Amino acid sequence: MASAFLGLLLATASASAGSMLRVPGGTYAPFYPAPGEAPRAVAPFWLDERPVTNAEFLVFARTHERWRRSRAPRLFVDDAYLSDWSGDLALGDGVRPGAPVTFVSWFAASAYCRSLGRRLPNEAEWELAADPPAANASERAEVERKILAFYARPRGALPLAGQTAPNAYGLRDLHGVQWEWIADWNASVALPDNRQDRDAENELFCGGAAAAASDPARYATFMRFAFRGSLEATYALHHLGFRCARSEP
Amino acid sequence: MRRIVPVLAAILWMGCGAPQQQAEAQADAAKTPAPTAELPVVEAQLGIAPAAAPPVGRDHAAKVVVKLEVKERVMELADGVQYTFWTFGGSVPGPMIRVRKGDTVEVHLMNHPDNAMPHNIDLHAVTGPGGGAASTFTAPGHQTQFTFTALNEGVYVYHCATAPVGMHVANGMYGLIVVEPEAGFAKVDREYYVVQSEFYTRGGFREPGLQPFDMERAIKEDPAYVVFNGRDGALIGDRALPANVDEKVRLFVGNGGPNLVSSFHLIGEIFDNVFTEGGRVANHDVQTTLVPAGGSAIVEFALQVPGTYILVDHSIFRAFNKGALGMLKVTGPENTAIYSGREVDEVYLAERSHRATEGLKEADSTGDSLAARMARGKAAYLGTCSTCHQLEGQGLASVFPPLGGSDYLMADKPRSIRTVLEGRSGPITVNGQPFNNVMPPLANFTDHEIADVLTYVRNSFGNRGDAVTDAEVAKVRDSLRAPRGEGHP
Repeated sequence: MASAFLGLLLATASASAGSMLRVPGGTYAPFYPAPGEAPRAVAPFWLDERPVTNAEFLVFARTHERWRRSRAPRLFVDDAYLSDWSGDLALGDGVRPGAPVTFVSWFAASAYCRSLGRRLPNEAEWELAADPPAANASERAEVERKILAFYARPRGALPLAGQTAPNAYGLRDLHGVQWEWIADWNASVALPDNRQDRDAENELFCGGAAAAASDPARYATFMRFAFRGSLEATYALHHLGFRCARSEP
Repeated sequence: MRRIVPVLAAILWMGCGAPQQQAEAQADAAKTPAPTAELPVVEAQLGIAPAAAPPVGRDHAAKVVVKLEVKERVMELADGVQYTFWTFGGSVPGPMIRVRKGDTVEVHLMNHPDNAMPHNIDLHAVTGPGGGAASTFTAPGHQTQFTFTALNEGVYVYHCATAPVGMHVANGMYGLIVVEPEAGFAKVDREYYVVQSEFYTRGGFREPGLQPFDMERAIKEDPAYVVFNGRDGALIGDRALPANVDEKVRLFVGNGGPNLVSSFHLIGEIFDNVFTEGGRVANHDVQTTLVPAGGSAIVEFALQVPGTYILVDHSIFRAFNKGALGMLKVTGPENTAIYSGREVDEVYLAERSHRATEGLKEADSTGDSLAARMARGKAAYLGTCSTCHQLEGQGLASVFPPLGGSDYLMADKPRSIRTVLEGRSGPITVNGQPFNNVMPPLANFTDHEIADVLTYVRNSFGNRGDAVTDAEVAKVRDSLRAPRGEGHP
């Protein structure tokens, strides 16, 4: 908790494209652990308080011509890239500057963060940031229920970024607004890739998928990983945005 | 081209496919030109429940194109109860797909851009890993396609197999695909499409409002709803399945689950043929057939007698407390040789008859002395009235009003006579307590018998009143018979 407050204080010093907050490190137990894979230590890092907005991405598009809608190589973005904007440098009606930018590919999101000397958070960082320690089991269950309920609903219009209540680390919108890209969205599902034994692989499918997960009762986490599993790096989706991270120097 | 970022094993999330088999199958397909080139291309025959998809009506194979759009949408689960359903095609169950054995089936799955979740489809009619699940794993705002050959005939469930699979199924993602035998099914007059499933809501059965999915209840297999065709009352009243006497009916029955096995039963009918588990062998003369979760059955029956027949899951609390109830309304002429209707309706005293007779022996049962009236009245009371008002006239709290010490009874003698003659229903207040129930009329009692029994209750259980005479009863009975309006001489 103390480090969270410290993070808040330090955050005020941060400027430009949204403030960043310090997330204390911790131990991350992979949701789909490899055989024998132990929980691993995650170093403290900094994470955007809220998702990147349309206005911020517009600045990026102005200064990075190759990431404009009409210029971005189709190797890096699909046809839906920024498809809700009215032009290369115009948001158009109904797309609010303060709302999270969506319809961006993993490549575009990565490039944006890189342009600010940042990077996308990785799975361990995102999951840690989105799941601060709960006071007790019932509080934990309540959080889980809320996330699950949010995931279960079809998405409506996006709200302005940063309007939801902050979590214990001061971070907003990690749940309840949209999906977010992470750096290694494909890593945890790549687990069986280098294994040839077919029977062992089969444990990871269907019912086996649940058996392999570290906590089958965490259905919201299941859904988040399932969503990530459906992605390709070029995909630009209606309700998929991102935020940036950076390592502590 | 699509796999720009290496090591994608998204298959993990999709269902029951092995990537290596998948890759091999795709490689084979690439090597061998598909035979589908020469096949005529047709759109799939679909049926929106309770309508079955129409028969294929072809004597040759075809390439059948099936397009399913996944929509996540709020609909009514019961009157005044909303639920966020995940659907194939916007309805629960998803459309019934009908193809012919040997057809090549090209499945397109579109995931609407506003959807929150990735989805896919596992059709049990598919021979191949995952039943198509891996090949159709689709992010929101994307579409996928795969093709299979329908090798086996029968009735098959399809469902979404995206993790968490149980939740996708619990939210409504299932339907039936029927693979007709090459010669088609035997002709019937009517076909219907009925799918049972459960819903796990936070609130209880029929608790109003938008009800969220309750994962804990789903894991405990404790549904608030067990319904046919995705909604409490989907086949009730105006939405009952219509049919006529002398028709043959075929039901394609599916069970989406996700958890419960159905004891499918049609009250008052015997299934002439049941193709158990949707397979090829017919069983005959079946009362209740088991439909497994993720399984199906074809039931066929001929209709002889008009009336309303009730479809139930005969795991019966589900029918009367969770919604697993539907109706088949059969119209046409009565057939009393097969079913007579009610022939007898009279009082049955059982062991109380014995007590009543004993009561009569206790005293002179003739004449109009108070003792005789009390003896006969007691017999009548024990035989009839005590069923509800109880042996000591104490009634049953908040259900049947007491007679002992009853202000309502003692306040108005003509009213008490009228109540016996006409019966009574609706709210009344007795000794300050509200009651709202039905007492049947007992007009088949003679004036003499009614006088006896009322004399008895007015002088028993602590009551003290005067006797009731035959003439008093006759007077009230006459007043009830009094001519009303025209037509009487």
